[in-house]
Amino acid sequence: MPPRSSARDLERYAGLFAARTQVMKSTAMRDLMAVTDQPDIISLAGGLPDTSTFPAEDFSALMARVGAESSAAALQYGPTEGLGAVKACIVEVMAAEGMEVEPEDLLVTTGGQQVIDLVCRALIDPGDVILAEGPTYPGAVPVFHSYQADVVQIEMDEDGMRIDVLQDTLERLDRDGRKPKFIYTIPSFQNPAGVTMNLERRRALVRLAAERELLVLEDNPYGLLRYEGDPLPTLFSLDGGEYVIYLGTFSKILSPGLRLGWTAAPHPVLEKLALGKAAADLCSAALSQHFVVAYFANRDWRAYLRGLVELYRRRRDTMLDALAEHLPREADWTRPRGGLFVWARLPGYIDTTDLLARALRENVAFVPGRGAFLDGRGGSEMRLNFSGVHEDDIREGVRRIGKVVREQVELFSTLTGSEPARDPRPASPAERPNVVPMPRRGAQGR
Amino acid sequence: MKVAVLKGGRSLERQVSLRSGARVEDALHRLGHDVLPIDVGPDLVDRLVGDRPDVAFVALHGRGGEDGTVQELLELLDVPYTASGPSACIRCMDKVVSKHVLRDAGIPTPDFYAFSQTAFGELGAARALPAIEERLAFPLVVKPAGQGSALGIKFAASAADVPGAIVAAFSYDTKVLLERYVAGRDLAVSIIEGPDGPEALPVVEAVPQGDDFYDFEARYEIGRTHFTCPAQLPAGASERAAELALRTYRALGCFGFARIDLMLDGESGELTVLEANAIPGLTETSLLPLAAEAAGIGFDALIERLLQLAATRVPAA
Repeated sequence: MPPRSSARDLERYAGLFAARTQVMKSTAMRDLMAVTDQPDIISLAGGLPDTSTFPAEDFSALMARVGAESSAAALQYGPTEGLGAVKACIVEVMAAEGMEVEPEDLLVTTGGQQVIDLVCRALIDPGDVILAEGPTYPGAVPVFHSYQADVVQIEMDEDGMRIDVLQDTLERLDRDGRKPKFIYTIPSFQNPAGVTMNLERRRALVRLAAERELLVLEDNPYGLLRYEGDPLPTLFSLDGGEYVIYLGTFSKILSPGLRLGWTAAPHPVLEKLALGKAAADLCSAALSQHFVVAYFANRDWRAYLRGLVELYRRRRDTMLDALAEHLPREADWTRPRGGLFVWARLPGYIDTTDLLARALRENVAFVPGRGAFLDGRGGSEMRLNFSGVHEDDIREGVRRIGKVVREQVELFSTLTGSEPARDPRPASPAERPNVVPMPRRGAQGR
Repeated sequence: MKVAVLKGGRSLERQVSLRSGARVEDALHRLGHDVLPIDVGPDLVDRLVGDRPDVAFVALHGRGGEDGTVQELLELLDVPYTASGPSACIRCMDKVVSKHVLRDAGIPTPDFYAFSQTAFGELGAARALPAIEERLAFPLVVKPAGQGSALGIKFAASAADVPGAIVAAFSYDTKVLLERYVAGRDLAVSIIEGPDGPEALPVVEAVPQGDDFYDFEARYEIGRTHFTCPAQLPAGASERAAELALRTYRALGCFGFARIDLMLDGESGELTVLEANAIPGLTETSLLPLAAEAAGIGFDALIERLLQLAATRVPAA
């Protein structure tokens, strides 16, 4: 076996690393998350679709078909912008959410994640400002870090990003002579907060972007995973493709293992993104693209999606019921109308990173809220996933979390001599700029 | 020799342990040993019984591996192993126990008060907090008794911070301590057993980069803390640190190797012992290998020495 690097080697390389590799992720969080993938742990920490629902025989049949009909092409490089036939599938998926695009508006990418990377690559110089929701998608955080962006997070409420705060922030940045390069948002069933931007705010955001000539990166992985309510128009369709860069993915409607996503963007931007993609990986996997083409041609993707929506709706309901049953009054949480996540907020004296250590002893895991902020906020919040977990495990997992939260609430009240039922937080959302104000449990009519 | 490397496990220091283990395995390969890597899990006993290693190299950190549990098992199975036996591991892992041992042995350690969760629940210990705060003064440090890394260690700048810090510390253990904060220089003295008994290696100083003074985590992150070895200390301080570390090592009954963490008070120049680690990290960025190298003992030589000690040790029981 060849020897691994020695101490001296590490020192030798240390001087070679770029400044952007100095990631801020806490070692504590990394150490804790490393334990969460043990087999006997109920993990509500994932962000996983349930791929076990995809029929194995369909997978085999489609792969056999790809092998029989397009073996040479599936094993070959493909065009950087993606196969035309895949773009036709994407046009169909986007039409299902009321968007009209032409194939030449599209760039097929290696997962939606690559779009975030490509947009930063094309737009961000070190120190440039990105505006994002607070909390934001934890997976975007390391991308923003690696381009050394200065990220300003805009608070949300149950109707998504607060546009009034966005406006104030833009004005403040103006006064400092700084103009953000883009606004990153997940308007529908946000990861991690689970909230959805209402129509009025969508219109206001698009208008603001046009007035100020700002780009918006609309990340929409979950739009079709709607469990209740009417669909809302995407920012992309409201804007007509002027200032909105749209990010879509097959990960949540088909499979994340394919690593296929896409972007639709104004053409000058799209060209830069395509150049970046050519530099990054030449093209997305041809094999995956041929699989998608075969799937759309031979199966009813809408029917599969309907099945997922039914399944995830049940799991969401199970989680909301379990939270109502097991979390103490001091906690509250969002009630997502779609997507994969619930965001829960605990009293300010509970640190969810520490709580995770306690929870792991009960064999349950969640994502501590700090991972969704770039500035150390989110210390008392947590993200809970319901899509990738069976209902029994959701119930049991939430019961265990409830147990450790109650334990800490009681301990704190013993230490301070206060009543356990006391609400230790200020009542006004304005006093808590970093959190999503949510209706109290009693007010939800359950 | 056939050497089982025990690593990983379920402790919160699993990642560090996997890195320590991998590095030990490389050294063992280079030394020509037959290596049996074991990520410790429910099959540990079966594997040890089935494979019958000549020695077990314990590269586990934290709960399970560093607290005497695995050592008891190895004694039971009659497998010689590296580093301290069960009782020393128990004394080192539990900061409350080790600080009592230190105090009894006349070794200076910052003043402290320890509580179990039941003390707060059943004995109304919260009523005693103001008196404790008065004696220790602010800022003070709140720690879980049994956590090896920086996890769960918090500063309390005022009385308002104390309850939250205690709640956080109880996330890691059923026992916590409140400790007087010593402002000063952060030192580590590693001990390894030589032909003439335990020897102190050159002192390592951890110098946090930037001004995030209270960030314990920074100490463990490459780039955020700078380590110097041998530390440049005032006259006599290195010798005194080595002496205190050796006394600590003996008082706790350690064997093979250990790392003793100390503080050098910035004002009084007084040295105090914070804690002892029965199985210090052996990664590329760990302090004990760094100190050994400064003393002219390369990593392979260090591993070989620990192995020989284990193979020839007299069973503790």
